Amino acid sequence: MRAWAVHLAVLAALLAAGLLLPGYHTTNLARILVLATFAAGYNLAFGYTGLLSLGHAMFFAAGMYAAALPAWHWGWPAAPALLAGTAGGALMALATGALALRTAGVSFMIVTLMFAQAFALAILYFNGWTGGDEGFVIPSASRHLFGTSLAADTPRFLAAWSLFALGLLLSLALVRSRFGRVMVALRENEERARMLGINPFAAKLKVLVISGAWSGAAGAAYALLFGYAGGSFAGIQYSILPMLYVLLGGAGTTLGAVLGAGLMFYLTEFASSVTSAWLFLVGLVLVVLVLFAPKGILGWVRARLWRELP
Amino acid sequence: MSLLSARGLTRHFGGIRAVDGVDFDLEPGEIHALIGPNGAGKTTLVSLLSGRIPAQAGTITLAGEDITRLPAHARVRRGLAYTFQITSIFPGLTVFDNVALAVQGGRQPGALGPTVEAALARVGLQGMGAEVAGTLSYGHQRLLELAMGLALAPRVLILDEPTQGLAAGEIEGFKALVRGLVPQVAVLLIEHNMEVVMDLATRITVLTSGRVLARGTPAEIRADKAVQEAYLGA
Ligand SMILES: Nc1ncnc2c1ncn2[C@@H]1O[C@H](COP(=O)(O)OP(=O)(O)O)[C@@H](O)[C@H]1O
Ligand SMILES: [Mg+2]
Repeated sequence: MRAWAVHLAVLAALLAAGLLLPGYHTTNLARILVLATFAAGYNLAFGYTGLLSLGHAMFFAAGMYAAALPAWHWGWPAAPALLAGTAGGALMALATGALALRTAGVSFMIVTLMFAQAFALAILYFNGWTGGDEGFVIPSASRHLFGTSLAADTPRFLAAWSLFALGLLLSLALVRSRFGRVMVALRENEERARMLGINPFAAKLKVLVISGAWSGAAGAAYALLFGYAGGSFAGIQYSILPMLYVLLGGAGTTLGAVLGAGLMFYLTEFASSVTSAWLFLVGLVLVVLVLFAPKGILGWVRARLWRELP
Repeated sequence: MSLLSARGLTRHFGGIRAVDGVDFDLEPGEIHALIGPNGAGKTTLVSLLSGRIPAQAGTITLAGEDITRLPAHARVRRGLAYTFQITSIFPGLTVFDNVALAVQGGRQPGALGPTVEAALARVGLQGMGAEVAGTLSYGHQRLLELAMGLALAPRVLILDEPTQGLAAGEIEGFKALVRGLVPQVAVLLIEHNMEVVMDLATRITVLTSGRVLARGTPAEIRADKAVQEAYLGA
C-alpha cells in the first residue's frame, strides 16, 4: 500500500510540475517522461532480470518506425500508430530475443549490439522508404489524439505523462507479482531458478518482449509527440541512454528510470550552458556515481533507508 | 515399478569417467543413500538424474515416463527436486521469497503465504520469512535450501550432502525431518556421515570411479568385503 501511495504521489508531483511550470519545462518534462518510459522498459530487462542488452535502440526505433511510417505513408492517426509502435517493439524483441537469449553475459551484450547495428543499417539502406539518416517529419494530421493537437505544449505533456503513468503503474504491478519474483530470481541465481522449475529461456523471452513493447511505445510516442523520426534513434547512443538513466536512478527500482532521466537531462542542460566540454562534466558525474553509489540513487536509498522500495 | 530409474547412465569429462554405465533404481517411499569416496561420481550421477547436466548415454524414467531428454526445469515440475551440495539460495532475497519461488515452481503452486510458512516450520525456520537470506548463518542457509526442496512438493527429493557443516544438534533435527518425509516422498541422499547413513537409509548404493561397487541394505553393505576394502576402510 505504501509503495502504491508513493508512486501515485510521484505521478501527481510530475503532473503538477508539468502543468504549473513555464512552457519550456513542460516540453522538457514531456521529453523526459517519454525517455523515462523507454528506460523503465529497459529497467525491466536489465535492472530486474539482469539482461544486459546493448541493443534496446532497435526496440525504440522499431516502435518509432512502426508508428511513423504508417503515419507518413498512409496517414494513420495517432492512436493506431501508437499501438502499432508498441506491437513493433514487442515483435522486434520476440524475434531478436529468441536468438540472442541462447547466449548470456558478454555474448548477449555483443549479440544484441550486432542486431541493433544491423537494424540501424537496414533503416539507412532502405532510405527510399524510411527517409534514411535525414528522417522525415510526421504529418501534422497524424499528430492528433482525442481531437487535440499533440504539437501544443500542454496536450503533449499530458500524453507523455499518461504514457509514463501507465507504464509506471504496470511495472509496479509486474515487479510485485509472482512473475516479478521470478525475474529477480533469474538475475540473482539463474541455475537455482532452473532447479525450482522455472524455464529461464521462456521467462527471459517474456521479459524481453514486455521490455520491447515498453521501448516501442516510447519510440512511437517520441515520433508522434515531437514530430520527427530518423535513423539516429536506432544508433548505439540510444541503447546507452536508457542504461545510463537506470544506472543513475537505480537499477531494479521502479522509480529509478524517471529520476535518472530527469537528472541526466538537466545535468546535460546545465553542463552545456556553462562549458563546451559538457560531455566531460557528465562523464565525471557518472564516474563519481559508479565509485560512490554503484547501485544508483534509489539503490542507495533502498540499501540505507527503505528496504521495501520496489 | 521403480519411481525413478536409470539404465546405463554415462557421463565422461574428457578422460574422466565420472559416471560410467550406472543402473539405478529408487523405490517409492524409500530413503536411499548414495555413498562413495570423494570424486566417485555421486554429484555427477544426481546431476544427470535431475537434468542439470545432460547424459551422454543411457535412459532415465520417472514413474514410467522417459525423462532422459527433458530439461531440468521440466523434471522439477514433474516432481524431481534437487538440493545443491554447495548451498545455492538467492542471497539478496528474503527467506520468504526464496521459498515462495519454490512453491511457485513446484507441483502445488497454490496460496503462497501458508505454504511458505509451513515449509519453513518443517525445517525450524518459522517466523524468519522477513530476513534477507544472505544474512543467515551457514546452518540456517542449509536449512533454507532444504525448505526450498520441500516447498516444491516433490515425489523424489535428492539431497546432496545436506548435513555438511551442520552442528551435531542440527544433524539430529535433520534426521527426524527426513524420516518424517517418507513414505510420501522418496529420498535420494548423498551423505558422508556414516552414522546418518546407517541410521536413515533403507538401502545403500556404493559408487567408486563412476561405477556401482555394491548395493543393499545397511547391514549387507557393512558386511560387504569389497566395500570394506575400497571404502569403509574397516
Ligand atoms: N564439470 C566437470 N568438469 C570436469 N570434471 C568434472 C566435472 N564435474 C565432476 N568432474 C569430475 O568427475 C569426477 C566425479 O566428480 P563428482 O561427481 O563431483 O564426485 P563426488 O560428488 O562423488 O565427490 C571427479 O573426478 C571430478 O573431478
Ligand atoms: Mg559431490
